[in-house]
Amino acid sequence: MLSVSIIGGYLGAGKTTLVNTLLRNANGTRIAVLVNEFGALPIDEDLIEAQDDALISIAGGCVCCSYGNDLVQALLDILKWDHAPDHLVIECSGVALPAAIAGSVSLIDGFQVDGVVIVADAETIKAQAEDTYVGDTIERQLQDADIILLNKADLVPQAHLDDVKAWLGKMSPSASGVATSHAHVPNSVLMQSFDHRPEDFSGADLSHAPAFASRAIPFHAPCDADAVAQMLADPQNGLVRAKGFVPTAGGLRAIQTVGGRWAVTDAPADARPGLVIIAQAGVGDLDRVAQLLAV
Amino acid sequence: MITIFQAKKIITMNPARPQATHVAVRDGRIIGVGHLDELTGWGEHRVDAQFADKILMPGLVEGHAHTMEGTLWRHTYCGYFDRVDPDGKTWQGLKGIDAVIVRLKDAEQRLDDPAAPLPGWQLDPIYFNNERVTREDQAQASTTRPAGVTLASVHIKNFNSKALDLAGLLKPGVNHPGVPLGADGLPTGELKGPDIMTPVGVHVGFDRDMLACDERGLRDFGKLCVRAGVTTVTDLAARMSDEVADMMIRVTGEPLFPARVLAMRFFQGLTARELIDHAILLRARSTDRMRLGAIKVIADGSIQGFSARMRAPGYYNGAPNGLWYITPEHMREIYDLALANDLLVHTHTNGDQATQLALETLEKALDHRPTQDHRFTLQHCQLADAAQFRQMAKLGMCVNLFANHHFYWGDEHYALTVGPERAERMNACRTALANNIPMGIHSDAPITPLGPLFTAWCAVNRKTASGRILGEHERISIQDALYAITLGAAYTLKLDGEVGSVEAGKHADFAVLEEDPTEATPASRTDVGVWGTVQGGRIFAA
Repeated sequence: MLSVSIIGGYLGAGKTTLVNTLLRNANGTRIAVLVNEFGALPIDEDLIEAQDDALISIAGGCVCCSYGNDLVQALLDILKWDHAPDHLVIECSGVALPAAIAGSVSLIDGFQVDGVVIVADAETIKAQAEDTYVGDTIERQLQDADIILLNKADLVPQAHLDDVKAWLGKMSPSASGVATSHAHVPNSVLMQSFDHRPEDFSGADLSHAPAFASRAIPFHAPCDADAVAQMLADPQNGLVRAKGFVPTAGGLRAIQTVGGRWAVTDAPADARPGLVIIAQAGVGDLDRVAQLLAV
Repeated sequence: MITIFQAKKIITMNPARPQATHVAVRDGRIIGVGHLDELTGWGEHRVDAQFADKILMPGLVEGHAHTMEGTLWRHTYCGYFDRVDPDGKTWQGLKGIDAVIVRLKDAEQRLDDPAAPLPGWQLDPIYFNNERVTREDQAQASTTRPAGVTLASVHIKNFNSKALDLAGLLKPGVNHPGVPLGADGLPTGELKGPDIMTPVGVHVGFDRDMLACDERGLRDFGKLCVRAGVTTVTDLAARMSDEVADMMIRVTGEPLFPARVLAMRFFQGLTARELIDHAILLRARSTDRMRLGAIKVIADGSIQGFSARMRAPGYYNGAPNGLWYITPEHMREIYDLALANDLLVHTHTNGDQATQLALETLEKALDHRPTQDHRFTLQHCQLADAAQFRQMAKLGMCVNLFANHHFYWGDEHYALTVGPERAERMNACRTALANNIPMGIHSDAPITPLGPLFTAWCAVNRKTASGRILGEHERISIQDALYAITLGAAYTLKLDGEVGSVEAGKHADFAVLEEDPTEATPASRTDVGVWGTVQGGRIFAA
């Protein structure tokens, strides 16, 4: 099963910057990126190893392909690749509705949607949402989000940032908001294919972005996996992501959450019980969640 | 060698010489129009009297069609209205789902290859109280072959179980807005939107590139043009891969290909710069019968699909606003670059908000780069109001209105999509002409049948399928309608210096008619019998 992250948001929010950040920090994980068309600079030049009309090869085994409006065919083609990628990222066009793209991805056997990430420009997003023409489209994008990356947070005063966060909380109550600068966020926050080790979130590599906090939680008592997943995805708890394995009456189950999206699936044979929970520092309360889990 | 065609009457569309009896042709061009004794001075000639009892008009110009209709005719016709195929056979309209199943079954029995798919087209559930053709219905036609029918709107297809199974979709738990589920938890067989239709459609023989015709389809489309009196036609949204461009240039260049085709490069899937560069390359490959280099942009969806972008008060039934197919920034970039490179852009707008965006975007682009005679054209532009037409006039824009839509879906617009008042203003031909906006009217074939004379009747009468006159005020005269399907459409394509009227110097392109459409009354029909065409001096009988 190939996990798919869908990255949406309006022009200029930082989608391309985010994609480049993810590729730059791939660290051996083979990421395939699908873009609607190769824009002026879809991939930073120093990352490119080779390029033809439809495919850019990137250092470390990653690739970027343009799908020219035939997304489903591009997905079917990926299934035929000799070396399957570890994770797929779809960068949507500016007016695309990510939920529709997630729907198409989920139809095809072999793919599962990991999460919808909407990149929003902290400075302009509120004004864009008022635009006569594209305002309602932008609102629908935000409502489709599991994670909203409130980008360019360093360019606005704290009061403005707080105001936008409060507004987003009303606009898209189930999404997890993450403030960033230069779309800088650890891969493991956005993509479940990356291991969630606590040290990933120390923030040491994030000179501009507020750090993330994570906690590993042992989990031994049998539970209702759906109920645990729902609790972890409850926006009140402020988690960006949670991942792990929990024991149930029917055996070990895998839990994945990203923002308000959650999934419970079969656990692999070698899985061991335990959860990792992640929140942006100062947003989520890991102690509280750990306490809830301990009950 | 000069041929002088003799006709009962030649309607020239040239006001200086509106009628004639003879037209002299040399090397595919008109050298003179008038009485025989005005033409003999050109020298040695032959008088061809085979049209002595016919009416000649300028070859008709269809400004918005898709050549893929030629390919669709190899699928089974399932439409509600009678329709004539490329070989002249009339397929009776089907008045119920039972009749659709009978026709599909009949087509199934005529297939030799047991694995061959069974594709159908032009089903319109609006006429069956919106009852859908389900998997079970189609199972009556075949359970062993993949089968599917494209709906008239082309944005929905219905499939049988075999087709769904081949695409891996016949399973429970599908969660997608474009895939309705039945009581059994399995997809009903109806799939909405290209993302979903395409992967299933390829198992049923529907082309992956919905907009492309193939070689035989293009030749068949040429036959449809002859039957409709059309000598210049558009292929309005072509991706034009090298392979398709090579094929279209070759086939239209064949000695017996009967029409001039103007294909517009579709904007999607490319950056603005890539689009412009491709259009410039294509423009250099233009031939007499294959005109390339123009660009087609789509701003929004369709009104009956509730995907058109509407201003207040929005959809009559309360549906949420539709979808943008382009960002305003992207549209601006295309307009800027096209103006700078002298490329023609036609923009599809259905809802009035999409029209407003195109108007404002072009206004900004023209402020930045004032351009004479750009002829940017709004295609469909169905809901534009009077203020928008005035703005179009100021900006030097052209419009191509979807007059046929009134007949086929006017009742639906009145009752469901936009309500009575706005349904009456849709495709406001009279308002466009009152503002002196160059105007064409169109069929959007295969959405509705290619036939400019019928399209003219629609614009003159504005009658719906149920007989309601929808927007009496916007009706136009027969003379204005005939102008719209000749010079009007030609102007929007920058071809009015070459075609669209019968006068010296223009291509010898004629529609050969059995009766005189100018003598029709609005109550009778302007879509008189078509004998065939003359294109570039070559004679084609329908």
